[in-house]
Amino acid sequence: MTINETIDQIINEFSQFDDWMDKYNYLIEMGRSVPLIDETQKNDSNLIVGCQSRVWLSSEYRDGLIYFTADSDAVITKGIAFLLIRVFSGHTPTEIVEAETDFLDKIGLREHLSPTRSNGLLSMVKQIKLYAFAYQVKEKNS
Amino acid sequence: MIEISEEKIQSVRNDFPILSRSIYGKPLVYFDNAATTQKPNSVIDAISNYYRNDNANVHRGVHYLSQQATAAFEDTRKKVAAFVNAGSPNEIIFTRGATEAINLVAWSYGETFLKAGDEILVSALDHHSNIVPWQAACERKGAHLKVIPVTPEGELNKEVLAGLMNERTKMIAISHISNALGTINPIREIVGMAHGMNIPVFVDGAQGLSHGPVDVQDSGCDFYAFSSHKMYGPMGIGGLYGKTSWLEQMQPYQLGGEMIDKVTFEKTTYNEIPYKFEAGTPNVADVMGLGAAIDYLNMLGWDFIKTQENDLLSYATQRLQQMEGVRIIGSPAQKAAIISFVIDGIHFFDAGTILDHLGIAVRTGNHCTQPLMNVLGINGTLRASMAFYNTRGEIDKMLAGIQQVKTLFA
Repeated sequence: MTINETIDQIINEFSQFDDWMDKYNYLIEMGRSVPLIDETQKNDSNLIVGCQSRVWLSSEYRDGLIYFTADSDAVITKGIAFLLIRVFSGHTPTEIVEAETDFLDKIGLREHLSPTRSNGLLSMVKQIKLYAFAYQVKEKNS
Repeated sequence: MIEISEEKIQSVRNDFPILSRSIYGKPLVYFDNAATTQKPNSVIDAISNYYRNDNANVHRGVHYLSQQATAAFEDTRKKVAAFVNAGSPNEIIFTRGATEAINLVAWSYGETFLKAGDEILVSALDHHSNIVPWQAACERKGAHLKVIPVTPEGELNKEVLAGLMNERTKMIAISHISNALGTINPIREIVGMAHGMNIPVFVDGAQGLSHGPVDVQDSGCDFYAFSSHKMYGPMGIGGLYGKTSWLEQMQPYQLGGEMIDKVTFEKTTYNEIPYKFEAGTPNVADVMGLGAAIDYLNMLGWDFIKTQENDLLSYATQRLQQMEGVRIIGSPAQKAAIISFVIDGIHFFDAGTILDHLGIAVRTGNHCTQPLMNVLGINGTLRASMAFYNTRGEIDKMLAGIQQVKTLFA
């Protein structure tokens, strides 16, 4: 599935709920499925700064594709991390670097999951793009 | 104790237009008053009236408007002086807020009096704003920063403080009321201890002026910083009370404008206090707003404010204590209407996010008191900080919200 197809799928899933509480419930449920970062990787270098909750994000590069794992001590943040991992994990560095990241506007949680500093969304997206960019540079140089 | 009717509370609430708005379709429950208080109509009107009718630069013009603005500006200085019972209006300096007032003293006092090897005492209870400027002053001068520890109840440890004071101590910087836990510090007692050893005391009163009367002469403190926007006035203005003897000796903080006496390229001399510390055109409009806020608080009276806030504090404390899995952080003997709490197994960010969507504004996080959170062994809390316009009904809504949070994240 392409990045855009996953985004459409997520938008579709969230469109089933009218009530914000149900949307959050769904997000919290999804947080439970996040591919968890290895405990040994929960270190300061994988810690995303600038969030109210602690978020760790790690990446792995296999056969030209990037895979992400994450964890957070806050459940909502974990759900957001999982959304991002669903969208970006298993794609090439170039696909990730070039991807649009405004899809959260469309899942109907825009006013709730606005890219403020506190929920870590913006920092997570930035970190994902940064990882992808680093692997892209590495690919070009190898 | 006075009796307060529901009609009275409602009529007070009507003075604050923002309290009738809704958030996500639900009536706003505003429990973030320690971050900033809401503004009554009289404050909002004072600011717009100033720009509509009275705007002119102060202390400069011979023309009517300038003289009128200057008189109103200086009248507000007198009003602030009377509000905190300063010895003279010249002891009141307008600043951008409490943080700037702290920076002013940390810099000016530091440059004038601090030497290598000296010590400054700050407290583990305090806001970053009353720690970092002193830390920087110590770094500039080769002085040492010492920390007054906090008891498990969330009070300053006075025994340790007594042991920390010595002939090298050049300043004790503490807060009047803790923004994170609500602790009311025994300022007069600490000033008594400090003055016995000729140590001046700086008080961060950012949370102090909104919950009860402040009398700087009675407490004896040497400096008292305050913030207008935490006492129902506008943002961007605040002030410093400083004893004349200190202010006269201290070097100016910022240079230019009204603080100048005579300028030649060889030498500049500075104006007298308070002008020596007010460089540039002051924020006159917000000073007018601050004046209106003081008038408003005087009109309500401390009897009403304290009775209402004490009722809210005891009601919220009692209700939260009855809730399973909720733990209030800190149990100081003297406390303002600020409650920090944690919910077992639920991150404050998750809880705060859900409460927000129920229209309930609480603060989450470390409240700019990272050292305190470290001492308490927590990452942060949920903080409900209440004002006289809040109601028991709003506390009930918060409690119901917490119940919903517990169900959602169970």
